[in-house]
Amino acid sequence: MDKKFGEFGGQYVPETLMEALIEIEKAFAKYSEDPEFNRELKELYENVANRPSKLYYASEMTKDLGGAKIYLKREDLNHTGSHKINNVLGQMLLAKKMGKKKIICETGAGQHGVATATIAALFKIECHIFMGKEDVERQALNVFRMELLGAKVTSVDSGTGTLKDAVNEAFRQWTREVEDTYYLMGSVVGPHPYPVMVREFQKIIGEEVREQILLAEGKLPDAVVACVGGGSNAIGIFYDFIKDEQVKLIGVEAAGEGLDTDFHAATISKGSTGIFHGMKSKFLQDDFGKIMPVYSMSAGLDYPGIGPEHAYLYSIGRANYFPVTDEEAIDAFEYLSKMEGIIPAIESAHAIYYAMNLAKQLDKDKIIVVNLSGRGDKDVYQVAKYKGVEINEQ
Amino acid sequence: MNNRIDLKFKELKESNKKALITFVTAGDPDIETSYKVIREMIAEGIDILEIGIPFSDPLAEGPTIEKASYRALASNTTTDDVFNLVKKLRVDYNIPIILMLYVNLIYKYGKDKFMGKCTEAGIDGLIIPDLPIEEVSELKSYASAKEIYIINLVAPTTKSDRLLKTVKESEGFIYCVSSLGVTGERKKITTDLSDFYNRLRSITNLPLALGFGLSNKKQIDGLKGGWDGFIIGSAIVNIIAQYGIDSPEYVGSFIKSLKN
Repeated sequence: MDKKFGEFGGQYVPETLMEALIEIEKAFAKYSEDPEFNRELKELYENVANRPSKLYYASEMTKDLGGAKIYLKREDLNHTGSHKINNVLGQMLLAKKMGKKKIICETGAGQHGVATATIAALFKIECHIFMGKEDVERQALNVFRMELLGAKVTSVDSGTGTLKDAVNEAFRQWTREVEDTYYLMGSVVGPHPYPVMVREFQKIIGEEVREQILLAEGKLPDAVVACVGGGSNAIGIFYDFIKDEQVKLIGVEAAGEGLDTDFHAATISKGSTGIFHGMKSKFLQDDFGKIMPVYSMSAGLDYPGIGPEHAYLYSIGRANYFPVTDEEAIDAFEYLSKMEGIIPAIESAHAIYYAMNLAKQLDKDKIIVVNLSGRGDKDVYQVAKYKGVEINEQ
Repeated sequence: MNNRIDLKFKELKESNKKALITFVTAGDPDIETSYKVIREMIAEGIDILEIGIPFSDPLAEGPTIEKASYRALASNTTTDDVFNLVKKLRVDYNIPIILMLYVNLIYKYGKDKFMGKCTEAGIDGLIIPDLPIEEVSELKSYASAKEIYIINLVAPTTKSDRLLKTVKESEGFIYCVSSLGVTGERKKITTDLSDFYNRLRSITNLPLALGFGLSNKKQIDGLKGGWDGFIIGSAIVNIIAQYGIDSPEYVGSFIKSLKN
């Protein structure tokens, strides 16, 4: 299995973890070719995750914007409310086959944590989740959800108390109990084999889109748009279209308060090549290589790096990445709610915003598919707060 | 065999002694204190000095060294400050000096430029906790060109094929991680250390230094295996955390307690 995407990727981790990575790589190589494993996974996708997810024609939005046709890939309708469950089902099944008794993971917004806690409950596997202190505060409901599902949640207050620190702490915990514990990474980041493995468990999104759009329109889309933090929903919807050069692949990163401020998480726009969290990729860092604090109101995009395959796709010009600010994402959040009656995750709203602008620039015979990677219930309180509306939660 | 690390281990072996290797994070709480702490440690007879360059996200460290890193960053300590600190030490001392740092600090600085600065400052080796043997080739040729050693780590989890590969590519000494987990003091080390030592000794003649979780003389004296050296980090950093700019004399007496 190739460990790198061009110059990106690799395995930059402490020695104590290396044998565990090799063990996972071997198990993944074996089971991903195993018909029985794939049959079980397909069944889990259908019966637990509720796949295939719908490809929804956003007629109201399309009419209102007056340009390209917009389709939404409804990953928000999956069980647990986002695309995260696809990867969790894949890795949890793998961990079970490997005989692992404990799962640890990181979470940003809590979507990956909730998905992991849910499937751990179903599989009867002990689950320990690390979450930055800031995120624990802004996503308190998800913390309660994870605990309700039987997981242990540890609030991480080191560093900036966000996703990157949760990943650091999960790595530290893994070195303590590496022999019987499986680290279930939530995105296409980290050391090999995670970026490959998570992509393989997420690529079903793009495979379904191909089938669905051919059925609906008889042709491939002109552009596929997805938000990018670490980049798992984006790689999931991109991957099957990489070979189709005519399909534009567009990742949307979080510009927070703007690229001209210090408060953003726009890794491709403002970052440079470095090595962190086990991978060589693009990172927001200073001249000496310290990782910079990042900001986005969206906890799921609040990460200073990006998956190595995205860095590669960008380097060869196959995918492009554009920034969208908090304010713009909130516009899209409200727009989609009013226009289609769909409340998107604030992460996904970044992609919606970009697609709204793109649609206006394209002719009516063009097609845009947006990955609606998660539902927005978790963000309602925060958006209200942003808009100065007080909600009494009692 | 001109590297100070080799010469030191040869000298120690001839007099049947073990190496005391001690760690400090540069710039904790400021670079002047680090300089004084190091002078005290050398005066009390340490054999090899390990200096940590602070990093924003030291994911192989326990809370003690992690916090030291944050304190050093709060005093704006940069990689260049650490090179200057070593230059200043080299005026008076010929002790082997090793830098402990995360790979991104080297990558971003520029691999060639970084190694050049190491030679210029008088650095003998590098310990890079997030650079396993699989990725070491990324830096090896740059380091070798400037005669800087990259000190490889092995852990109790390292299996025999990778252990063999690691020792074959090692130079200076091998950093043997005592037990699972991150750096920091442990009440007890549960690894079968004599087995760990024997597995290594049967495949290499290089010096074997044990680190992670070592904190006092009694504990070190009780360790099984014929280790050639011991690495003490968090126990020293804890003293610095407690006494701050007044810590040099306390670190000095701690080193004395290890030597007796």
